[in-house]
Amino acid sequence: MSEINKDALISVRNLCKYFDISVAPFKTKPLKAVDGVSFDIMRGETLGLVGESGCGKTTVGRTLLNLYQPTSGEIYYDGKQIKTRKEIEEFRKKATMVFQDPYSSLNPRMTVADIIGEPLDIHKLYESKQQRQERILELMGYVGLNSEHAARYAHEFSGGQRQRIGIARSLAVNPDFIVCDEPVSALDVSIQAQVINMFDELQEKLGLTYLFIAHDLLVVRHISNRIAVMYLGKMVELAETNEIYNHPLHPYSISLLSAVPVPDPKIARANQRVMLQGDIPSPLNAPSGCPFRTRCAYATEQCALEMPEFKEAAPGHFVACHNLDKIG
Amino acid sequence: MALLEVRNLHTSFKTDAGIVNAVNGVSFNLDNGKVLGIVGESGSGKSVTAYSIMQILAPNATISQDSSIKLAGQELVGVSEKVMKTVRGNKVSIIFQDPMTSLNPTYTIGHQLIEAILLHTNRNKKQAWDRAVEMLRMVNVNEPEKRMKQYPHELSGGMRQRVVIAMALACEPDILIADEPTTALDVTIQAQILELMKSLQDELGMAIIMITHDLGVVAQMCDEVIVMYAGSICEQGTADEIFYNPQHEYTKGLLRSIPTVEAETEKKRLQPISGTPIDLLNMPKGCPFAPRCDAAMKVCIKERPENVEVNCDHRTACWMYIKNMLEKEAANDE
Repeated sequence: MSEINKDALISVRNLCKYFDISVAPFKTKPLKAVDGVSFDIMRGETLGLVGESGCGKTTVGRTLLNLYQPTSGEIYYDGKQIKTRKEIEEFRKKATMVFQDPYSSLNPRMTVADIIGEPLDIHKLYESKQQRQERILELMGYVGLNSEHAARYAHEFSGGQRQRIGIARSLAVNPDFIVCDEPVSALDVSIQAQVINMFDELQEKLGLTYLFIAHDLLVVRHISNRIAVMYLGKMVELAETNEIYNHPLHPYSISLLSAVPVPDPKIARANQRVMLQGDIPSPLNAPSGCPFRTRCAYATEQCALEMPEFKEAAPGHFVACHNLDKIG
Repeated sequence: MALLEVRNLHTSFKTDAGIVNAVNGVSFNLDNGKVLGIVGESGSGKSVTAYSIMQILAPNATISQDSSIKLAGQELVGVSEKVMKTVRGNKVSIIFQDPMTSLNPTYTIGHQLIEAILLHTNRNKKQAWDRAVEMLRMVNVNEPEKRMKQYPHELSGGMRQRVVIAMALACEPDILIADEPTTALDVTIQAQILELMKSLQDELGMAIIMITHDLGVVAQMCDEVIVMYAGSICEQGTADEIFYNPQHEYTKGLLRSIPTVEAETEKKRLQPISGTPIDLLNMPKGCPFAPRCDAAMKVCIKERPENVEVNCDHRTACWMYIKNMLEKEAANDE
């Protein structure tokens, strides 16, 4: 994955984000939250990004939007590299984010109209007050809020409605691309489906492209065209949704997918789980070579020495593992 | 006789805004060695039901006096705190959602485990230490002797939850209440913990009450299921009955609204339940689910449906079911 795909809306190459963590007075150590990740997102598709907590999936989303400055690596939007301050500003009109927690991501001192209008103010996207107001009401209509909600404050809404406000805000600049960072995990089951459907409808209506970060694998499977699996800052597998569910190749993906509790008693009882031993290592002391080798049943000496290359094992199916032939 | 018999449980909280009836007339049985799942959304009263059994409610809560909770024949409603202390930990234990907050950060794992054992059994300190190590080994904690001297922050989330389980099982309770035990954990760790609970149950033969909002966890773990909404039971029955033969509109809606496991050939929409969860301060007179129910009839808004038997393994409280039954009977009579 080196040359830039012309059809991709977003291309990421060797993206790294290290945080300096102080381990002793006057001594820091780099925490490699994201370590050399490369992927493409095609126009109009949803790429699901899954992994356990601490694997760096949120950091990928944030670094992608330059909310964190990348340590190294390249980000391309529509074939053009995003690098300078000016390019980043322009990029932010095209790429926005929906956050996980609908309680902490909305300013409690602003009305709904001001929350949704803030991106319009920042990027000066209206000519008159009238136009601003109309745009806000249009956005509220997109997400199923009434005009009478405009003057209220965030605390007057339920979790599902707040997430709608957050989505309306992310749509304000008329973006092409939205990073959805666990947008439904704070919501009740019966509300989740409403919000997931809304993401689907908005994608159809506005031609949006999503990076959908989540840990609920059933939700990700429902919404994504392709799925990427991360482990300890590295991307270990990337493929079409059905391909990765039916033929996962990386041992971590195999265990992760088999660990999902299936809401069907007969399937759940018959399910042969591939249990993982132990816990995820600390990213501060990540294992050498392949990060998964400490929990992997197939690990060999080679795994400890070098990180396997992230390469195409079947058409469109990328995986980083030394022992693919043994797993089969 | 069932191990635990709960009849007509009512628990309410006095708040500044008014009285909140968190649990409204919940009745169920739990037999020895069974796993009972209680599912519902936040605010449905599933945790309050469990806390009522343990009587570890907030000071502003009251369990109404006509409620009955019988543990192996012994009535628990209205008994003194002294009696409850012999029940908690000894006969009924609980594990909570967040393993970090249920362990004391200022004491070692060993200290906390031994405290529970000394309190509930006649062991001396040395015996309690040995028992604690044995318990840690049972829940597959590696190097248990070393862990005994560590503090909670030195362990990972999954490891902490194992310690909490060890603590809850140290006195071999008859019933283990697990309140969202894996919600704070990652999927692969969740799978480990659920597997551990299942194998411990086989080994020790206790009954488990599993409180969760995850229907996947229920399908994997439970023999019987209670579906709760706004403090009442909508539907209860064996897991197979609830998943394959749901009768209540809320249960049906819940099952429809989660993504399926079958491969999706074309993109289908989920079928969400409309509206938002109910405000417990302004409870409607009729069926609590009626305002969100697509099939609601006039009677649903006026009157609360009774909990009726579908078959010997299955009960539901839904007017739609009652109506269909009456129509079927009338058709048979003709």
